[in-house]
Amino acid sequence: MFKYLIKRILWMIPMLIGISLISFFIMHLAPGDVTSNEASFNPKASEESRQKLRELYNLDKPVIVQYGLWLKRIIKLDFGNSFSSHQRPVLWEEKDKNGNVSKGLIQESLPITLLINLLGIFIIFSISIVLGTLSAIRQNSWVDRSITLFVFIGFAIPGFWLALLLMYWTGVANQWLPISGLHSPGYLELDAFSQFIDLLKHLILPVFVSSLSGLAGISLYVRNGMLEVLHQDFITTARSKGLVEKRVIFIHALKNAVLPLITIIGLSIPGLIGGSVIAESIFAIPGMGKLFYDSVLMRDFPVIMGILTIGSVLTLFGNLLADLGYAWADPRVRKGIVR
Amino acid sequence: MYRFKNIMKNSLLIFAIIFLISCSKDNTQNIDYKENYAIESGGSLTNAMVGEPSNLIAMIAGDSASSAIAGKLFNALIKYDEKLNHAPELAESWVVSNDQKTITFTLKDNIFWADGKPLTSDDVLFTWQLVTDPKTRTPYASDYLLVKKATAPDKRTFKVTYGETYAPAIDTWASLHILPKHILKNEDINNTFFSRNPTGSSYYQLDEWISGQQVSLVANDKSSQGLPYIKTLISRIIPDTSSQFLELTADNLDYMSINPIQYQRVFPARKDMLDKINLYKELGNGYTYLGFNLKKAPFNDVNVRRAINFAIDKDEVIKGVLLGLGEPISSPYKPGTRWNNPNLKPYAYDPGKAIDLLNKAGYTKNKDGFLEKNGKALAFEILTNQNKQREMTAVLVQRRLKEIGIDVSIRVIEWASFINRFIKTGDFNAVVLGWSLSLDPDQFNIWHSSQQGPGQFNFIGYENDEVDRLLENGRKELNPDKREFIYHKFSDYLLNDSPIVYLYAGYGLSAVNKRVQGIKKPSPPAGIYHNSHDWFVPSELRRNEISN
Repeated sequence: MFKYLIKRILWMIPMLIGISLISFFIMHLAPGDVTSNEASFNPKASEESRQKLRELYNLDKPVIVQYGLWLKRIIKLDFGNSFSSHQRPVLWEEKDKNGNVSKGLIQESLPITLLINLLGIFIIFSISIVLGTLSAIRQNSWVDRSITLFVFIGFAIPGFWLALLLMYWTGVANQWLPISGLHSPGYLELDAFSQFIDLLKHLILPVFVSSLSGLAGISLYVRNGMLEVLHQDFITTARSKGLVEKRVIFIHALKNAVLPLITIIGLSIPGLIGGSVIAESIFAIPGMGKLFYDSVLMRDFPVIMGILTIGSVLTLFGNLLADLGYAWADPRVRKGIVR
Repeated sequence: MYRFKNIMKNSLLIFAIIFLISCSKDNTQNIDYKENYAIESGGSLTNAMVGEPSNLIAMIAGDSASSAIAGKLFNALIKYDEKLNHAPELAESWVVSNDQKTITFTLKDNIFWADGKPLTSDDVLFTWQLVTDPKTRTPYASDYLLVKKATAPDKRTFKVTYGETYAPAIDTWASLHILPKHILKNEDINNTFFSRNPTGSSYYQLDEWISGQQVSLVANDKSSQGLPYIKTLISRIIPDTSSQFLELTADNLDYMSINPIQYQRVFPARKDMLDKINLYKELGNGYTYLGFNLKKAPFNDVNVRRAINFAIDKDEVIKGVLLGLGEPISSPYKPGTRWNNPNLKPYAYDPGKAIDLLNKAGYTKNKDGFLEKNGKALAFEILTNQNKQREMTAVLVQRRLKEIGIDVSIRVIEWASFINRFIKTGDFNAVVLGWSLSLDPDQFNIWHSSQQGPGQFNFIGYENDEVDRLLENGRKELNPDKREFIYHKFSDYLLNDSPIVYLYAGYGLSAVNKRVQGIKKPSPPAGIYHNSHDWFVPSELRRNEISN
């Protein structure tokens, strides 16, 4: 088992180098660099000064040299500073000589995105398991059909449209919830508990909208898994033993039906750090999606590479965790690994 | 069946409750706004911006959010007044020497930074040294590098000498924010905490910056311009303009810029909103054009360019794209300012004349109804970047040109690719793009034949010896009347040569809550935000700060 783990982790190193190499080159295939954003198309900004900027950022060197420089830094876990004019650190805060702390871009965006996504995943999984189980035990009834209809409507509704409607309904027409942002303007004067409530209020709509589209996939997974399990012999045995139906379903069947979800949870780990650009823009949430999107538009290479690297590390670890989790839950798989 | 009924009943009940709740709350508080309110200090204003400022040192930042905030924190030596004339800001006066090469600025007496330290000509000299330092990552150095010698002979005098007379010089001192030497002298300007926590001299100072969410400013009592009436300004970062609009509707924002659809369609249909929000329109600072690659056939023929100009109906474009909220122009200057030549008229829509000109250029209609010359059809591609208004403009142009037999296709490309792949390499036929209507008339970088290198701004390849001569002379002439003559003539050549088709100059549109008082109407040439120092919010109209 331990040997297997070491082998898997060592394999990640060449994988990561391969991934970063490919991402680096693809990123440079797109024409333009940080000096060619829309604001720099200004007759007051001369080409000479743009060339000077390119040299300062080593953008005049061949791509392979730039990749080498990047690799050299990343080995020391130095993600560098953003190219765009604020020069903020990509990953983690830095202190200057006067003791002023500049927060890292990822450091600031990641907690927000993680919070929203974790809440979202928790909601998606808990509701989906209930809905999926309900559909399975009432297969082909009106309950099953309306649940399927509901989750597919949730899947099909364009998120931005629903978001705007809900913002109007709960924020403008009724003023129940704040419309956008993470905090109310006077937030800093509130006590800790009210700040927490304030944050929760701001999170209700974004989490709801981002969860809705995830319900369809997971609940259908649970439904199908459940149906498959319910037709197996041990369920028949359990029923024939005279067990209560509740016990049959929730103890014997459900456990087996949700096994495949472990893989899905593992695979959604990298998704945890990726935010949705559209949802973040509409709700004015400074998360990872917006950070990545803006850095691509700005051709802010250190930020793009930083997010991609963290994303690929998490993907690889997510896969590993999924495999391990599966082994933990399913003796058949465990045997396969040890052998 | 019984269970089904039960659930139906329950859900109907829930719907009914929701319906009742949504009806019961009445939000329409009608305020009777008075004609005039007495001026009062205090209160706050909240607005929204689509992006977060990157860096509050304007010479390094390039984004509009940064310049919007930095402009409220820093001063330049001079400014533009409401009629867009030069006016004193930090400098109380300036004198140009007889040989027109030296400008001597005299600073106001007793002016201070927000931290209480005196602001002197040393700070101005330091700022000039910073902007011209090759290590400073600024794209705006070139104007200041023309200064051969800069000195600060005493605390209130700052003197610059140019190698040659440079007429736009005055304008360049209106855009350079003066930075504090006592804070920055030992800092790396490219990477300093000052860019997020600056000390300025203007009538607001930074209060608090919550990353990704909001920047708040508070009135600065040490400013030479005096305290503004409104005490705090909060700029919230809301990237999506529809969300901004909802926030405005819910009374959480005091003003925002709006688009033509909101101005012409949404507001007129919502009387409840017009009751509490005033709309303003003013000529914006840019124009949109159709530019030709003059190095390529058929655009190297002036008759073809003029024909296309006659074939495009500018009023239709303004109506279609801007819902009428724009003006046709005939020179690259703001209508109503002295640089704009009032005798020039835009090309009228005249397809007959267009066809005559194309016949003169040797084009005849083929059997498919398209124009051709020597067996080659008159067809080209319009490139533009991802900008809804420009895309719509291109479509309207395409349709009008098709009517006279020109086959136009349209391609929309992301900005950085657009510039690097097509503009820099000269690999395009025609573009729909925009230029600003600059305050200083100098347009050397855009139209002079020497400015055609990759990355330079005469990318369409315009060459006219007369225009070159006028642009060179215009740069050497400081007398405004003589300059006016030169640039009127320049605009005349430009219109006749038709290297670009002026399509429209759009209005800047703003929606401002009626609680904000002191806004000039009609808006002066410099726009409504020009006198934001004198805006105020009467205490009876102030919002209850912590609402949600």
